[in-house]
Amino acid sequence: MDFSRLKFATAALPAGVPARRCAVDGMGLLTSCRVAWEQGAHLVGLWGSDDRDRGRGFTIDVVVRDADGLVMFEHTLPDVDSTYPDLSIVFPAANRMQRATFDLLGIAADSDDQRPWVWQASWPIDCYPLRRDFEALAKWQPGQEEYAFVRVEGDGVHEIPVGPVHAGIIEPGHFRFQVVGEKVLRLEERLSFVHKGIEKRFEGMSAATGHRLAGRVSGDSTVAYAWAYSQALEAIAETTPSPRASWLRALALERERIANHLGDLGYLGNDGGFAFGLSQFSRLKEQVLRSNLELFGHRLAMDYVVPGGVTQDLPAGSRVGVADECSMLEREIRVLRDIYDEHDGLQDRFRLCGIVAPELAAKLGLTGLAGRASGQPHDVRCDFPAPPYGTLGVKIASASGGDVAARVAMRFDEIAESLRLVRAIVDGLPDGEFTVDVPPPKAFRKGLGYVEGWRGPVLVGLECGPEGTVRRCHPHDPSVANWPVLEHAVIGNIVPDFPLINKSFNLSYSGQDL
Amino acid sequence: MLQILRQIARTGIVTENPPAPAHDRVVSARLQERIVRTLGRALTIRHVDAGSCNGCELEIHALANPYYNIEGLGIKFVASPRHADLLLVTGPVSKHMAIALQRTYDATPDPKLVVAVGECGCSGGIFGESYASLGAVRNVIPVDVEIPGCPPTPTALLEGILAAISAAKPAIAGNAGNNANDDSSAAPEA
Repeated sequence: MDFSRLKFATAALPAGVPARRCAVDGMGLLTSCRVAWEQGAHLVGLWGSDDRDRGRGFTIDVVVRDADGLVMFEHTLPDVDSTYPDLSIVFPAANRMQRATFDLLGIAADSDDQRPWVWQASWPIDCYPLRRDFEALAKWQPGQEEYAFVRVEGDGVHEIPVGPVHAGIIEPGHFRFQVVGEKVLRLEERLSFVHKGIEKRFEGMSAATGHRLAGRVSGDSTVAYAWAYSQALEAIAETTPSPRASWLRALALERERIANHLGDLGYLGNDGGFAFGLSQFSRLKEQVLRSNLELFGHRLAMDYVVPGGVTQDLPAGSRVGVADECSMLEREIRVLRDIYDEHDGLQDRFRLCGIVAPELAAKLGLTGLAGRASGQPHDVRCDFPAPPYGTLGVKIASASGGDVAARVAMRFDEIAESLRLVRAIVDGLPDGEFTVDVPPPKAFRKGLGYVEGWRGPVLVGLECGPEGTVRRCHPHDPSVANWPVLEHAVIGNIVPDFPLINKSFNLSYSGQDL
Repeated sequence: MLQILRQIARTGIVTENPPAPAHDRVVSARLQERIVRTLGRALTIRHVDAGSCNGCELEIHALANPYYNIEGLGIKFVASPRHADLLLVTGPVSKHMAIALQRTYDATPDPKLVVAVGECGCSGGIFGESYASLGAVRNVIPVDVEIPGCPPTPTALLEGILAAISAAKPAIAGNAGNNANDDSSAAPEA
């Protein structure tokens, strides 16, 4: 990004990808975001921190991604009554992030939308969990909130509430549909049902074990989160993992991508009435998970990625088994892709369903897999390749149809690329240690981790405290930006297509809610 | 169509034998021998995510894959708690899900079983109890079986579910037939 228009100095920021930081005042924050937007940057995350104990009021951190890497704008609010500019006029995705920041810290953006996002009448209204003087273990009775959903008035308009408990085996959230007959006029989401207080839980934790909590923000992306957390800590501690460790981490990440895509392809077939697809893909996914148990000691590779590297080396003689498995998967998936592509009934469901046009995707900051299916070709493995991706080279998958069919095609393409990468990793795995020591991090240093999880880029913002503790950790899921786009994708579609459209995005509730 | 049939024929049957039920996981005495007599080995399960990270859900999904084939054991997942015999609850119970979990529990007709899944379901896991989390499922609703693991493997899940349905109490006198007018349908206090 061209910083010459901004009058603020930038400095390097420790991170897993190229990153810079920039301290800005209120108007500077809005101007910087505008300049960033004009130069093609996108909002990645926004969060706040209570720094009154260090005499620095409250800090707002805004991270954007441009062609060169990440930029973190840091803005200080002197006291609880100060406000900061509404960034959602530049980056619409900032709306919920700002509302969440208010619920957790009590500092507000200068915005018309002051509805709660995290708070659901679950703690007293003037208590803010992420303030350092908040009693973390205090218990309040859960209440019931009255959330101001936007209603649509008119002849024949009905309102359908769905959730939080959903019909299938999926995470909880509330969807409020406004419909005429079967056609959806409007969808509004109310999330935060699985808010577990993760950011508060991080405070005071030993930074050396923070990857365990990071890896449980969204269990299906445990490798991506643990890696992003480890990147942030390693950057702060100025430690570089060994080459072998990086390659093994990538092996776990690509297998996580493959497993999730296989599961999704099965469920997408099922949601289109094609149970054969679910049966076939879930069979293949089970084989991948069983191999993961042998390779990583855990079917989901949870707790495999740790600061400094990974917990165990690849079992001797794995290379042949992994290569054979890749060949088997490639063969089977080729057959299944043909069957899916030739199945008229299924394609009739997939095509032109739940469309997000590229222009809308760009405006709203649709990211990750869903973004790539709507003409937003960004992938951290390609844009800012950290080891080993620079050596391996990753071919980016992209489409511009933005419908369910495009998001299905993304998954097929990405599985093929990931299988190629898995083979290349076991073939070219460098010798050496699988982990290195990470010295205790210095207090009050900040760092970022940024890893392309299977849904999209996972960001972890970490600030260390004294004695090797975590002072503040903000794990940021790509779903935060993508959830609002789903509300647009369903407009004009019929209600029975909602499960299919929702599944084609397959966004994280737990990652959104923290 | 031919391609589909060919693929089915090539894949064959991959279902494995179910594990033995883990009787040491049974925590409460609410289980009724009448459930076994009434239901035989068939069971309907309503899953509730009360706050999980979604890891347990992945392994619960795996129960329906051809290897574990939970439907082949006569066990199926249902959309409504009103059709359910057993609630399978994941996650620490987040504050925001407490009311929904309670309502789901209340909507499940007796006799019912509750199985808490995972470290979080058993004890609150890494999230524990806090301003946002009520911790273990048993802190909110009565629980019959707890299945530890992070997440528990599909095999461990099956063991726990089978333990819930096969553990027996001293026989309760009463018909195995018509439930609707049956006075002994109320669960005896543990």
